[in-house]
Amino acid sequence: MFANFDFDVIRRSLGFLFLDGMTFTMMLTGLSGLGGLIFGTLIALMRLSGFRLLGRIAGLYVDLIRSLPLVLVIFWFYFLVPYIGQWLTGASRPVHVGAFVSSLVTFIMFEAAYFSEIMRAGIQSISKGQPAAAQALGLSYSQTMRYVVLPQAFRNMLPVLLTQTIVLFQDTSLVYVVSIPDFLGAASEVAHRDGRLVEMYLFAAVVYFVISCAASFGVRRLQMHIAFVR
Amino acid sequence: MNYHWNWRIFWEPAPSGTGTYLDMLLSGLVLTIETAIVAWIIALLFGSIVGILRTLPSKTASRIGFLYVEFFRNMPLLVQLFLWFFVLPELLPEAWGLWLKQIPNAPFYTTAVGVGLFMSARVAEQVRAGIGSLPRGQMFAATALGLTTAQSYRYVLLPMAFRIIMPPLTSEFLNTIKNTSVGITIGLVELTGAARSMQEFSFQVFEAFTAATVLYLLVNIVVVIAMRLLERRLAVPGYITGK
Repeated sequence: MFANFDFDVIRRSLGFLFLDGMTFTMMLTGLSGLGGLIFGTLIALMRLSGFRLLGRIAGLYVDLIRSLPLVLVIFWFYFLVPYIGQWLTGASRPVHVGAFVSSLVTFIMFEAAYFSEIMRAGIQSISKGQPAAAQALGLSYSQTMRYVVLPQAFRNMLPVLLTQTIVLFQDTSLVYVVSIPDFLGAASEVAHRDGRLVEMYLFAAVVYFVISCAASFGVRRLQMHIAFVR
Repeated sequence: MNYHWNWRIFWEPAPSGTGTYLDMLLSGLVLTIETAIVAWIIALLFGSIVGILRTLPSKTASRIGFLYVEFFRNMPLLVQLFLWFFVLPELLPEAWGLWLKQIPNAPFYTTAVGVGLFMSARVAEQVRAGIGSLPRGQMFAATALGLTTAQSYRYVLLPMAFRIIMPPLTSEFLNTIKNTSVGITIGLVELTGAARSMQEFSFQVFEAFTAATVLYLLVNIVVVIAMRLLERRLAVPGYITGK
């Protein structure tokens, strides 16, 4: 079945695939996971703040992003980010933004919506007595959040947050639609250059599969560990 | 911003020769809906089978279900579509591969099947969770009444389980609709693809994507309302969703 396949093409392109492609994918996953978590937590706090208008705006943003396909959101930001850059810097023309920054902005804005729902559930899972006790100790709202509520919410939601990060890792492959060289993009480039689609796509599939499997196995272990401690 | 807005672009003829740009977007919308429905049927069918497999007492059955779910969950959808579209025809015997490559509308079928199988793993997890959430007494009672395993599932467990998982299934259906947009990578001109080609032909980036955004929002709203009505009709009085 594999008689006329050339698996040596994988060995020859390993450097390009991992040093360029996978580094891009991992950096994008890590940084947008972190950014998404920070913005997501802020959005969750806005929704739970009790200020009607703030909550409404945050809710609309989350609902909007969550009803759009990621591919469309990638297109949106790919064309929008240069204009945002122009607006931020006050330049006279749309700013040229690199592939990495453009996709980083996209994924942070996109993931923030999903992470905010997780953090909101986490914050709501903290019993009312906790913030009440914090207030009784004289902590301000931001101190209550910073030292009492958020650390517990984060800890309770850690497995869900990590699972969402695995989804994010897989989703970053969609930057393919704007020809950004992530891991899959690199594999695809080699595949088309050498006419080795089957070998390269099979290899890419195996790599994604192994990484995701290992990561979700780790999350499951962590979950058992946390459940045991509680 | 020195972007040149032109909202009348939708009524101008598209170079594809099939009417205006608006027609182009609407035919993309129709294709999105068609692909999503075929994919959803596949996802529900396979997802239910695999979800049930995972709850059966047999070790082998639940092992098979587990492997199925892990296989489809641990690869990006895009990679799965590439596997079905580019790799599968080369691995099959030559005659079959040739037949696969010559199917008309290959991007449509590939996307529908690819997204369907991808989503089936998620549906399977919901079905398993739904069955698992039922009190164990239900299965015992069914057995005590003399029902076989198949009958217990058919008449006791599944009717309850599917009602319980209606809300998560709704969001999985919405995900299915959204995921059909990945078909753009193998040449399916669904809604996102139509907006993308409109942008390439007319250079009116933001009008094209705004229109697609509005259409996706409308589809979402329709689905959510329809599912809420369905949920209300199917609700068991006094049980979770039954108010």
